[in-house]
Amino acid sequence: MNSTMEEEISKVQSETDKIRDEFPILHQEVNGHPLVYFDNAATSQKPMKVIEAITEYYTGYNANIHRGVHYLANLATDAFESTRNKVTAFIHARENREIIFTSGTTDSINLVAQTWGRQNIHSGDEILLSMMDHHSNIVPWQMIAEEKGAVIKVIPVNSIGEWDLSDIKNLLTSKTKLVAVNHVSNSLGTINPVKELIQQAHALGAKVLVDGAQAVVHFPVDVRDLDCDFYCFSAHKLYGPTGTGILYGKSELLESMPPYRGGGEMIKTVSFSGTTYNEIPHKFEAGTPNIEGVIALGAAIDFAIELGWENVAQHENELLEYATAKLEAIEDLKIYGTSSKKVAVISFNVEGIHPYDIGTLLDKQGIALRTGHHCTQPLWDFYGVPGSLRASFAVYNSTEEIDLFIHALQKALTMLR
Amino acid sequence: MNIAERQEEIIGEFAMFPDWMQKYEYIIELGKDLPLIDEKYKTDDNLIKGCQSRVWLHAEKTGEGLVHFTADSDAIITKGLVALVVRVLDENTPQEIAAADMGFIQAIGLHEHLSPTRSNGLASMIKQMKMYGLAFTSAQGEMNP
Repeated sequence: MNSTMEEEISKVQSETDKIRDEFPILHQEVNGHPLVYFDNAATSQKPMKVIEAITEYYTGYNANIHRGVHYLANLATDAFESTRNKVTAFIHARENREIIFTSGTTDSINLVAQTWGRQNIHSGDEILLSMMDHHSNIVPWQMIAEEKGAVIKVIPVNSIGEWDLSDIKNLLTSKTKLVAVNHVSNSLGTINPVKELIQQAHALGAKVLVDGAQAVVHFPVDVRDLDCDFYCFSAHKLYGPTGTGILYGKSELLESMPPYRGGGEMIKTVSFSGTTYNEIPHKFEAGTPNIEGVIALGAAIDFAIELGWENVAQHENELLEYATAKLEAIEDLKIYGTSSKKVAVISFNVEGIHPYDIGTLLDKQGIALRTGHHCTQPLWDFYGVPGSLRASFAVYNSTEEIDLFIHALQKALTMLR
Repeated sequence: MNIAERQEEIIGEFAMFPDWMQKYEYIIELGKDLPLIDEKYKTDDNLIKGCQSRVWLHAEKTGEGLVHFTADSDAIITKGLVALVVRVLDENTPQEIAAADMGFIQAIGLHEHLSPTRSNGLASMIKQMKMYGLAFTSAQGEMNP
């Protein structure tokens, strides 16, 4: 190894150490071993900046937002609304009234299904999903399809875990009212060519909802460039808190949609002879929202931007390549999802061994992986297995942690074979 | 040996293992050693659906009025845990099974496997075994509760 390469590696290590220092939870032992957290696709860990934003809100300016005339209410409202502006810039929306705060991606999708869907989907209409979609982007559409007598169509998946678009002309037709697909597969890591599909859908008059839950932490998203009609994501997969999510919608669509939940904040005037609704975004934000969650999401977005997308991509790709090579060297190990366009997620099984057994023994060695169907049962039905082990990496993970994981995996396999 | 004595015996066995990995090596051995259920009983009716690993359970009453259990799982660790539970409850009276306190799981430090989030079917299996106990108690001699 020459000296420049060594310098390069030690630079990367010290950068990663600096990032890790921001995440107190990572510095602990689990079952007598240093914690290796590779379940980032389920939820990311939170940097101090996000934790402090919540504490500062409750210790400094907790108040209900929008209606108050007093000092604290103004501070809280400003902090809450500043996140709306940050999200607008973060995903390149046109204006901040296109950003609706929800409780998470699932809530965002249900909102669209129950408002836009109920208004626009009729008997005989078609909704196009893909085989790799998360249950939360399947079930809300099944519910509305059942209610309306609409038909669900499904884009199949090919052997390397990409959309198989060979039959797309028969799947996406003038009958299609809505296409709802994920930007990145949570089970496989595949980055789907949503922009091309959106163009094709729009040419046939269909609207497109993109589930971006797994995308926003890995690469910059531009909803205007994608030209999607709706884009959904959760704060907690983006270094932010749980219970907070985003629904982006084009303003003309949001304006045309009926309200979802009734209550305070979403009205203009209320009387028993009739109620008028507030403007967007407030029309969809009934009741006291998750104020601290939204404020902390603002801190999480600041953190993500300060990391720098190029640094994130470079580091995560390095982790993905390093781990993939190490796993491929293990006998009888099969990786699901081998597209060249994927984020740092690796789903795998070892022939003849149940993923639950491996996951249990990894846990005993301090390694946190996910086992199971990852809420994508149709995808695993396609692969003919009940589920997999999934290692998903974040910017604070290191190649040293991958070495610990591989060592623990080999020990587990020795015990189980 | 009654249910309590069998549990004491298992607690004694696990006390010999100083660390987690040795406990699990033993559980895996139990899982590997025991062909627990007749293939004809591995039906959907006998399947206890956990989220991840599947457990099959079959119960029948013996001539002496005791309940005989056979069970299996597709995951070897779950199968080992199942083997322990069957060892404790097998061939007892329906009343004893329905009233059994399964404290040994906590005592040997494996209670995490009973939490609903583990989704391994073990907690549901124990519940089902006690249901068989109750059903056999109320409907003496009937095979299917």
